[in-house]
Order: sequence, then structure tokens, then C-alpha cells
Amino acid sequence: MLDKVGIAKRIAKEIKDGYYVNLGIGIPTLVANYIPKGMNVVLQSENGLLGMGPFPFEGEEDADLINAGKQTITTVPGSAFFDSAMSFGMIRSRKVDLTILGAMEVSDNGDIANWKIPGKMVKGMGGAMDLVASAKNIIVAMQHVNKAGESKLLPKCELPLTGVKCVKKIVTELAVLDVTPQGFRLLERAPGVSVEEIKNATLGRLIIEGDIPEMIID
Amino acid sequence: MNKTVKNADEAIIDIGDNVTLMLGGFGLCGIPENCITALVKKGVKGLTCISNNAGVDDFGIGLMLKTRQVKKMISSYVGENAEFERQLLSGELEVELIPQGTLATRCMAAGYGMPAIYTPAGVGTEVAIGKETRKFMVEGEEKEFLMEMAFDADFALVKAWKGDTQGNLVFRETARNFNPMMAMAGKITIAEVEELVEAGELEPDQIHTPGIYIHRIFQGSNYEKRIEQRTVRKK
Repeated sequence: MLDKVGIAKRIAKEIKDGYYVNLGIGIPTLVANYIPKGMNVVLQSENGLLGMGPFPFEGEEDADLINAGKQTITTVPGSAFFDSAMSFGMIRSRKVDLTILGAMEVSDNGDIANWKIPGKMVKGMGGAMDLVASAKNIIVAMQHVNKAGESKLLPKCELPLTGVKCVKKIVTELAVLDVTPQGFRLLERAPGVSVEEIKNATLGRLIIEGDIPEMIID
Repeated sequence: MNKTVKNADEAIIDIGDNVTLMLGGFGLCGIPENCITALVKKGVKGLTCISNNAGVDDFGIGLMLKTRQVKKMISSYVGENAEFERQLLSGELEVELIPQGTLATRCMAAGYGMPAIYTPAGVGTEVAIGKETRKFMVEGEEKEFLMEMAFDADFALVKAWKGDTQGNLVFRETARNFNPMMAMAGKITIAEVEELVEAGELEPDQIHTPGIYIHRIFQGSNYEKRIEQRTVRKK
């Protein structure tokens, strides 16, 4: 079974040289730490920055320089600032190659729910609905089951949707899965996890074909 | 054309009860601190505020929530504010949550003189309820879009890094965010700046918002520029 860092490391392997990538809050933010050295990747922050760098050194924080999670950050050489309309313009026009975000539920047709739990205080969707509606490639980082042990990979999302038919790939603590027109296709198992365990943790349609390899995490 | 006024009190002099305001900023970054302070002092009530966020309990729009000056918030994300949550749950405050890109683009549409835009954000979700939809061919595929209307705001309050007496503005880093499009969208736009210079001192090639959109500009004071999430690494 993978921990959060393991999920981030596995997702980092999906990033290709030359990609512009938008990382959501939580596990997706950790992915930045595991992008292979020497690879040319530009991180987009939807509050108006291309070329996001690591957190600043103590004492070097700048109130004018934050990411979409409102954390203080830095820029890397070649970065650019822009306004919010342009930021979502580049997202909508599919200039951003990959979006990585978290989810509460994903259905086997690629619907995603990650912004609202009925009965709880609703904080808002932020940029998530814009991102999922437009991104050409969306990878979801999530837990396979909730705290009660119930599957979050469902035939149909129960929570209010963020977007429809948009998720392409899911990386959980148990598995890597593609979302296909026929349902979730199991691609890899987490170290020490059996196909049976993944089957039991998945409520949506699950396609298992041939031997499912164990993922390789450095 | 000289747009300068003395201070925030003078800039907001005609903002009365029950108006619709746009307030620039993302989180606490790039917010019109001086105008918010002046609005709290003036005590205007029944405000509809269009702003990406609602501040925190004791800073930003949170200050106007505390004094019950806000009737309605139109935002994309309103976490990190306990007073906001209390007023929302008790029904004192109305809130309309809209996708962040939709918020930005509805401001942009107003500034560009377009009545509406089409966006895919929110299609198939509760955001789409009651909205007109239309299908367009995109990259060889038929895709559904929502029609979203341009905002209609009485005043826009924006914060820039530098500005000149003509109202030309330059923003700094990610404090730019919603400020340029809101500046363009207000029927009356008020800009507060960290540094106000004479016309001619800003490089025309470097101006982000041309002064035509700005009705009043003033040199702000005592900027706190509070950091919401201080995250650092060790040397």
C-alpha cells in the first residue's frame, strides 16, 4: 500500500518533458518534489503564475507571491505572471498539458466529485470546475476507500459533481487505473497489494486483463 | 486627465448602502486594504460583494462581515473564515459560489463590453441549473457550454503596486490576479496603489491597466499585506 508520498511519486512518472502542469492542493502539490531532475516542466498556478518554484527560504517570503493554496512560494527562471482571466484562458484553451487534483469520489465513466458534501459547510469549488471541464489530461490522486472503508471508485458519484466524463487516470494507495468507456481498467498494483484487494475496494466497473504488474516506485 | 483623490475616504465618498462592489485580490493577496478600512469606517450596509474570496475573520472582506455590512457574497472559495460560516448558516448572509474562471471571465466580459460568455465550467453540475446551454464543435467534438452573464457592478475597488495620476496601473507578481479585469468592469473604478507617481514616470510599454478604466486613484498607506499561509523551507 502506498502512503501520500508514494502516490505523489507514482504520479510524477506520468509527467513528460515539456509539459505545462497544474497541481491541485494536497497530494498533488507533493508531486512537484518528485519530477525527475533534468526534465523541463513548467508548473502553472491558477492565481496567475507560470514557473512556480519551491517554498521560499525563511525570511524571504513575499506577500505578493503565493500559489493557488495561498502559500508563499518562489518563481523559477523564465516565469511569467498574468491575470486570472488569462490564467483560465490558457486552461480553457488546453495549453496546460496535465492537471493533477484530488477527489472525494470518481465514477467509472470519469465523473468527479471533490467540492461539496451536503450538510457540511461548503467552501466553494475554486478553480476545480474550470480545470476539470477543460483539461486535456486529468490525473486524480485519491484514497481508494474512505475512512469507513467504503469505495470512492463508484458506478455513479453520490456527492455533487465537479465535472462530468473528464478523469483519465487515477492513482490511489492501492492501484493505478485508467478510466475507459468500459469502466476502470486496472493497470498496476501498489507494492504488496493483491488484485483481489483492489477488486474488493472498487465498486465501479473494473476491468482486469492479464497479469497486473506491481508498480515500480523509486 | 488627473484622477487622483486624497485618500480612501474621499475615493469611496459616493458608495452608499445596497450597492454592488467588486473587490480585487486572491485570498489576502492584492486586496484593496485601504478602501475596505474606509468602508468599515463609513458603515455602509447591504453590500453585494463580488470577490474571489471573503477574507479571514479579522482581515480583508472579513472586516466588513464582522460589522454585518455584507448582504451577499459572490465568490469561488470562502473557506478560512469562521464569522462567514456563522452568518451563512444562520441565514444572515447570502452566498453565490461560482467557478473561479467563470468569475474572472464574467468580469472580463463586462470590461470588454460583451453581455455574456460561454464556458464549459460547471456543465453537468448544480452550477448549470437554470442556465442556458449551447453546443459548439471544439477540436472535432461537440461540447456543451453554459452561458454566463457579464457582471454588472456599481463600483470596482482594486489594488495595484504602482499607478500614475492618469490612472495607469502596474501590478506586482501574483497580486495582479482579479484586479485588472475588475478594474475594467466597474461602472466606477477606484484604484489604490502602493506608490503613486506623476504621469510620464511609468513606462507606457509596461502598463497593465490603462487609465481610461480608472475613475479615481490614490496613494494608499499602512499596507499590512498579510500572508495567509506562510510556508518556508530551511536554508
